[in-house]
Amino acid sequence: MRETQKISTMERVNVGLAKRYRRERRFRLFGLAAIAASLLFLVLLLGSIVAKGYTAFRQTEILLDIHLDPTVLDVNNLATANYAALVRDAVLALFPQVEGRQDKRVLGKLVSTGAAYQLQDMVMSKPELIGATKSVWVLADDEVDMFVKGHIPRDVPESERRVNDQEVAWIDQLTASGRLQLKFNTTFFQAGDSREPELAGIRGAVMGSLFTLVVTLALSFPIGVAAAVYLEEFAPKNRWTDLIEVNINNLAAIPSIVFGLLGLAVFLNFMNLPRSASLVGGLVLTLMTLPTIIIASRASLKSVPPSIREAALGVGASKMQTISHHVLPLALPGMMTGAIIGMARALGETAPLLMIGMVAFIVDIPHGFSDPATVLPVQIYLWADSPERAFVERTSAAIMVLLLLLLAMNAAAVLLRNKFERRW
Amino acid sequence: MQKIALTLAAASLLVASAASTQAADGRDYISIVGSSTVYPFSTAVAEQFGKTTKFKTPKIESTGTGGGLKLFCAGAGVDSPDIANASRQIKKAEVETCAKNGVTQIVEVKVGYDGIVLANSKKVGQMKLSRKDIFLALAKEVPSPEGGDKLVANPYKTWKDVNAQLPAEKIEVLGPPPTSGTRDAFVEMVMDEGCAAFEPIKALKKTDEKKFKAVCQTVREDGAYIEAGENDNLIVQKLEANPKSLGIFGFSFLDQNADKIQGSMIDGQAPDFKSIADGKYPVSRPLFIYVKKAHVGQIPGIAEYLAEFTSDRAWGEDGYLAEKGLIPMPKDERKTVAADAKALNVIVNNKF
Repeated sequence: MRETQKISTMERVNVGLAKRYRRERRFRLFGLAAIAASLLFLVLLLGSIVAKGYTAFRQTEILLDIHLDPTVLDVNNLATANYAALVRDAVLALFPQVEGRQDKRVLGKLVSTGAAYQLQDMVMSKPELIGATKSVWVLADDEVDMFVKGHIPRDVPESERRVNDQEVAWIDQLTASGRLQLKFNTTFFQAGDSREPELAGIRGAVMGSLFTLVVTLALSFPIGVAAAVYLEEFAPKNRWTDLIEVNINNLAAIPSIVFGLLGLAVFLNFMNLPRSASLVGGLVLTLMTLPTIIIASRASLKSVPPSIREAALGVGASKMQTISHHVLPLALPGMMTGAIIGMARALGETAPLLMIGMVAFIVDIPHGFSDPATVLPVQIYLWADSPERAFVERTSAAIMVLLLLLLAMNAAAVLLRNKFERRW
Repeated sequence: MQKIALTLAAASLLVASAASTQAADGRDYISIVGSSTVYPFSTAVAEQFGKTTKFKTPKIESTGTGGGLKLFCAGAGVDSPDIANASRQIKKAEVETCAKNGVTQIVEVKVGYDGIVLANSKKVGQMKLSRKDIFLALAKEVPSPEGGDKLVANPYKTWKDVNAQLPAEKIEVLGPPPTSGTRDAFVEMVMDEGCAAFEPIKALKKTDEKKFKAVCQTVREDGAYIEAGENDNLIVQKLEANPKSLGIFGFSFLDQNADKIQGSMIDGQAPDFKSIADGKYPVSRPLFIYVKKAHVGQIPGIAEYLAEFTSDRAWGEDGYLAEKGLIPMPKDERKTVAADAKALNVIVNNKF
């Protein structure tokens, strides 16, 4: 009897075995498929951004021989001289056969309006150049740039593109004579926002993001750590601390726009801080990141083993000495990881900034905490909404810069954790 | 450890104190809020102004017309905006709110026109629509196709159902959400007019205006009209991907994407620069900026900014704003408006 029973159990197992293996393989396959799908989406996202944006790092420039006419440039009054006329004359000189007011006007538009400012800077810094003829690479107009990069197709009827056949002929002529080239786009990294795509850059937004993050870090890290230390080490366990804990966890999940509304009511309407300033942006983002930092800090305080505290107290350290000499240094890497991840989230936020006026067109690069400023994700949003086609590639390029910054911050968090984290 | 804590504490104190001293100072740049339609034009002027004068570049927030005028009217002090951009004229209620909050002297400057277009992909044919067709295609309730005065839930599925001369394509229109000024203007200039083509409804306007508006301006919610958000670029991209759909957006986006999309004819007029400028294209609206007279002199550069905006090189036929898609006013009108702006003539409350 026993013999047959034993065999039948084995048999049953053996019969079911293939099915069990199949089921397991299927289960693993589902997991693999999920990962493949998310990787595919990531590649699609990054691929489309890079494909659209990589051209923005190069910019079409045109070589002009500009005669710095002393009759136009009065040495005593360089700021108000008509630089645009000098640029225009230089362009017209390249095509002496062009006549007629309308044609000349179109020809003058091959070059960016920024060329005049470029020339102005050059002459103001070196007035001794006046009278000479200088060869200068100046920025091309955004439509010329788009055409050269192939974003405006050549093979469609003339009426359907913003660069007409005449302009195409001029551009080809310039390219043939080596006067038109794609160069590295320094403007993109050095300028503030502009309505002319070829003059627009991310410097203002990057500085705004920097100022905002400095305020956020300087406020949220000390406050967050202090709150976590008190709650974890000193606070009695009672209904009040439970209530506080529940509220902190809740706050971490609140949509960020709510913090923007709060910031509008408290910082702008009640405290009368300046609108659109990175200071207020930082304050609002502090409110938003505080719960994240408190939760991360408490978790890392909790992970410090009680034996360390007990040993410190045992050799006669006071409660404060125990915490500041032993517990806090051991918990710090975890806290910093939490803070960096909180900062990375703050860097990517736009919604709360909408309410406090940081979604704005700001040309001047901010130099302080109270200057009007905007931040990188807002700059991306504003460019994405602009009609000029050249902003499409700039939007993608700005996204690439933002992604790189986020990647760097997250990498820093991982590095910190790997370097300083101690396992018990 | 203590050192780090101390430095951080000192840093936060520094930030806080810097804030309080800075906040007390006056503003040395112009603050502008308002319509996202006027935004591309006013930013272009602001940039030119910042580069060619000694003043700082104005700060411009795109808040929408309603939101902008609300901020503009919230107070008279220098911490409130100096200029509001609007894609419609200021309302009586808004003027009253302004007055209640101490903003009594407002200068109105009409800067030009903007056209609203219905457009589709160039891969398919151009649509020739009348405003009546558009109303029938997009309204939630339409007069019963069997005749009679009764209103029924919109039964039309294809453009051919609406008008036998139109293609047998499914009705699919991408447009802005109700919060947008473009949508307001669209329902007012297209839906209301198309609606009034029906005698019984037209009669309603005199007897029960509220009902008239409800009938004419309610857009269908069964999927034929898709709210595509405020981003016009997105609508253009979607039109390219789906040649069967139509999109509603501002003229400047059509102008910039002429190789991909085409504007539909409305009542026999194609949306181009000329037909909008001379008022033949039926769906165009004036754009305004509103200035607080009390701030001129207090905030540096307001008068100069207005002068730049109303100069011929900005808003003229060949100006840089026309390049950006603004439709200029006729020469005489420009002259009058520029003179009014220069004299800072305020709007009088009983005008409404």
